[in-house]
Amino acid sequence: MTNDSSPNEQQLEAAFQARIDAEEKIEPKDWMPERYRKNLIRQISQHAHSEVIGMQPEGNWITRAPTLHRKAVLLAKVQDECGHGLYLYSATETLGITREELIEALHSGAAKYASIFNYPSLTWADIGAIGWLVDGAAIVNQVSLQRTSYGPYARGMVRICKEESFHQRQGYHIMMTLMQGSDEQRAMAQDAVNRFWWPSLMMFGPHDAESAHSAQSMTWKIKRQSNDELRQKFVDQSVEQAEVIGLTLPDPDLKWNEERGHYDFGEIDWDEFNRVISGSGPCNRQRIAHHVAAHEDGAWVREAIAAHEAKKQQRASKAA
Amino acid sequence: MTQHMKLYEVFIRSRRGLDHKHVGSLHAEDPEQALEYARDVYTRRSEGVSIWVVNSSDIHASQEGDCESFYDPLDDKPYRHATHYQLPDKVNNM
Amino acid sequence: MTTDLTRATADYAVRLGDDALILGHRLSEWCSNGPFLEEDLALTNVALDYIGRARMFLGYGAQLIGGDCTEDTLAYQRDCREFTNLLINELPRGDFAFTMARQYLLDEHALLFLEALQGSSDAELAAIATKAIKETRYHLRRSREWMLRLGDGTEESRRRLQQALEDIWGYLPELFAMDELERELLAAGIAVDREALEAPWRRAVSATFAETDVTLPADGWRVDGGRTGYHTEHLGHLLSELQFVQRAYPGCQW
Repeated sequence: MTNDSSPNEQQLEAAFQARIDAEEKIEPKDWMPERYRKNLIRQISQHAHSEVIGMQPEGNWITRAPTLHRKAVLLAKVQDECGHGLYLYSATETLGITREELIEALHSGAAKYASIFNYPSLTWADIGAIGWLVDGAAIVNQVSLQRTSYGPYARGMVRICKEESFHQRQGYHIMMTLMQGSDEQRAMAQDAVNRFWWPSLMMFGPHDAESAHSAQSMTWKIKRQSNDELRQKFVDQSVEQAEVIGLTLPDPDLKWNEERGHYDFGEIDWDEFNRVISGSGPCNRQRIAHHVAAHEDGAWVREAIAAHEAKKQQRASKAA
Repeated sequence: MTQHMKLYEVFIRSRRGLDHKHVGSLHAEDPEQALEYARDVYTRRSEGVSIWVVNSSDIHASQEGDCESFYDPLDDKPYRHATHYQLPDKVNNM
Repeated sequence: MTTDLTRATADYAVRLGDDALILGHRLSEWCSNGPFLEEDLALTNVALDYIGRARMFLGYGAQLIGGDCTEDTLAYQRDCREFTNLLINELPRGDFAFTMARQYLLDEHALLFLEALQGSSDAELAAIATKAIKETRYHLRRSREWMLRLGDGTEESRRRLQQALEDIWGYLPELFAMDELERELLAAGIAVDREALEAPWRRAVSATFAETDVTLPADGWRVDGGRTGYHTEHLGHLLSELQFVQRAYPGCQW
């Protein structure tokens, strides 16, 4: 085959976009534009890091869960997040980057994770609020991503959505139990909602008009629904859930709009959003420091594995 | 870590009688460890009755460029597919 | 069963539950702290098995004790002196070598112990043992491989493993010690004869470490006390964490 007969970049990109427009999945060995690959690596690894960093605020309560049943559920849930991080790192690795590189990017700050995990889990009710609201928001996003154009990411999402169905329910169940309890417990639950409601809305990212990656991601069908669409969906589903158990969502502007068929809600504090993203959230430094420490503490273990494997190979080749 | 721990592809048979299906990958030192981690990572809800792990580097995949010669010749044999045969409604779920 | 024997069986179930709860607590501390993700997940799986085991033993103990007693009143409303877990289970998680060495030594013991408990004349204890032994076979397979890896790996991993064994060794005799309660229950066919487990345990452990470059410590120092509530100082801190919510907000449903 001569160079002349092989398709040029433009033709390849046209064929690539045609495949996406036809709702076909892109698979690891397919040709893809370098920008698509980079964009995917950024998004999937950010998602993976979020799962892994997200283990910290919830892991913070495993040893203090108030009943053995709650302890088992929470441990299983945080373990799921760990597994989800792993599925997503696997999906990212199909794009030709190693897990070690991904972890380095997290530690250096080059890669981001969901800003919500920079908020502290201060009381047991926070575990309920995180499950109900934070997982609730994440699931709205992930359900949409099951149709993302990159095959390994889409399949990971299907798996994750299936497993996460109990996460939101257990959180809601914690809140429900607290609301049926003592005055102190109800106050604890309301306080948690007051602190986690707005950051949960921020999880969907900036307004569509201001989102840096949105337009291209929609064309490539990496993202299937816009930030604002997904946020609206989450607000609509949360209002009734809060009412049923007697919680108040901390937004005076929240009201049903008959014309739109949706709830109107107040404006997000974008200054806070930007502050937390750029490093001034309550826990940014602790989250990364925790991850770095665990990774560094584990270095000798990983080295031992490598050394053992090398010796095993050596012994095998000597015996042969 | 990835410098020394190998990448394994994981396949799970979810029920007797079904094929092993690719579910994802993980890092492990050797096949035994890969099997153990596969159990913990991919079968936490007893999704499997049998697990295969395969070194990712041992998988040989057909190339995009081979696509035409690989698959196109198979496209012109619709009679290999059950849907090719229109049957009376009464027996159509054959 | 006579009242005395019922109460003794309850105490026996509670001590086995305490063993599982406290070890499960230590293992759960690894969540988000593992050396890499696959191992983080695997370790917390073991922790989850132990929390489950604690619930079975404590639940049974609570049932025998009767009244308002539940798995949760046992776990959350007793103080240090009333906990009867083995001391080895409450030692802080230490580094990965310490955690895995303790786990391996306990897994070898648990396998023998649960095999024997399956033959208990108490049907409930026998049933719990049958469920738990499946998990323990898997735990042991994992922890044994880690002994081979760390014991063969690098200079550092061997040194850390050796140190862990030295630090653990004196807490092991308690695994094989029989007190009055267990002797009485053994005579009734309910409890396991711990003394009979020591020789096969030593054989298994020696065989494993013979495949590595670490050496088993000589017997010498030993510390007992868990079964009589005479603990290390670590347990109080563990309990203040474990029980914080229930202690701060007494009498609530969670």
